[in-house]
Amino acid sequence: MSYKWLWTIKIVALCAAGVAMVLAGRDFYEHRHFKEPVVLGPGVTKVRKLSKYFSPLKGTTNDCNIYILDSGKPGSTIMVIGGTHPEEPGANLAAEILVENAKVDRGRLIVAIRANRSASTVTRPGDAYPRFYHISTDWGIKKFRMGDRWSNSLDSWPDPEVYVNYPSGQMLAYMDIRNLNRTWPGKSNGTITEQTCYAFIQLIKQEQVDVFIDLHEAELEYPVISTIVANQNAEEVAAMVSMTLTAAEFKRPIGMEFSPKTLHGLSHREVGDFTDALSLLCEAPEPFLDRVRGITDEHLLLTGKDPFVMEAGKHGLLYEKIDENGWPIDVRVGRHCSTILEIAKVWSDMHPDQVAAIGNVPRYAEVIENRVGHYFHNPADVPADQVIYE
Amino acid sequence: MTIVNMVVMIVYHIISVFIAFVLIWSIIKTKDVQEAILYCIILMPFILRVLHIK
Repeated sequence: MSYKWLWTIKIVALCAAGVAMVLAGRDFYEHRHFKEPVVLGPGVTKVRKLSKYFSPLKGTTNDCNIYILDSGKPGSTIMVIGGTHPEEPGANLAAEILVENAKVDRGRLIVAIRANRSASTVTRPGDAYPRFYHISTDWGIKKFRMGDRWSNSLDSWPDPEVYVNYPSGQMLAYMDIRNLNRTWPGKSNGTITEQTCYAFIQLIKQEQVDVFIDLHEAELEYPVISTIVANQNAEEVAAMVSMTLTAAEFKRPIGMEFSPKTLHGLSHREVGDFTDALSLLCEAPEPFLDRVRGITDEHLLLTGKDPFVMEAGKHGLLYEKIDENGWPIDVRVGRHCSTILEIAKVWSDMHPDQVAAIGNVPRYAEVIENRVGHYFHNPADVPADQVIYE
Repeated sequence: MTIVNMVVMIVYHIISVFIAFVLIWSIIKTKDVQEAILYCIILMPFILRVLHIK
């Protein structure tokens, strides 16, 4: 081959690689830096940053927004976090419904929509996750970042050979050092995920949170599903909520499980042990996460319909039922909304001197009837200072 | 732990820059077309890592 041809091919190959890098890099960059607008609802009285409770987080990816809805009247403080695992959209959507709609008549409600922001800036490598998902609203389409279970490696790297939870010393899988629900109660000089949990613990202590609720979704192959996992300090509340919702509201039951005392790093264990707050974790079914699923796309994420998962159900391989209706996002978010409201109600019934009265939040049947998007407001219709970005 | 992680992260990026440089140098020097194309493909993830994009 002539010298001229050799150099022509080299330049063409370099240019092609450059174009591929720009195209891929643009997608990665767009996903990592996409901002989700949140319209502050009538109940929001203050928006803080998580770094207010632990300053080393200031300016980091995980310096998330903390929404405070204060009635100004004495009562309990309920705290809800979504986005612990951003691949479970039902959690952050339910949290955002609270922020955009809730009115608190007694006590306070504190909400974090994206508890682990870093994990919402990356999807799972090799699993073909969509980068974004879209929810139809009354005013148009609202776009959300799809995320992963673990914090972005760009924010926390390298992982150890074995992750040792602090302070329990329990050994966990290496990547769980980036899992916000394995790093509780956190570590002040740890990785960004450990520091985020540490900051949340400081928040819970300083704000004297009475009830802490961590929202999740789970694959149907996983035994901890359609349930409320409760620290021993929250067993009575969880049991009552489970019975009430199963009997009166949900089409499929919601169970109640005890938080194992020797399983460390999870919010339902450590928040209850390291603070005065009752600690509960709510799980809704998400077929998108099942390993036996078929095409992994936005349709599966939002409809929860998958023939392969259904087939697995026919063979008795699942811990939750699934039929041709799937597990749509409206059902999953509706379950979370009703569970939060019922926890607040049961807690208030048990503590009449410390009532937490949360109103203007849709319950299960309303979310299914009106669809999730109905409860998100148009950022263009409100003044700019009423819009916060996640 | 955090300081150790940070040092490893910085060293990793220095190594990535070095490998990217070596790859570009190899593309210039090689007389084999197939090798040149292969080095171009290998180069992509290193550049994205150096730029802190992926």
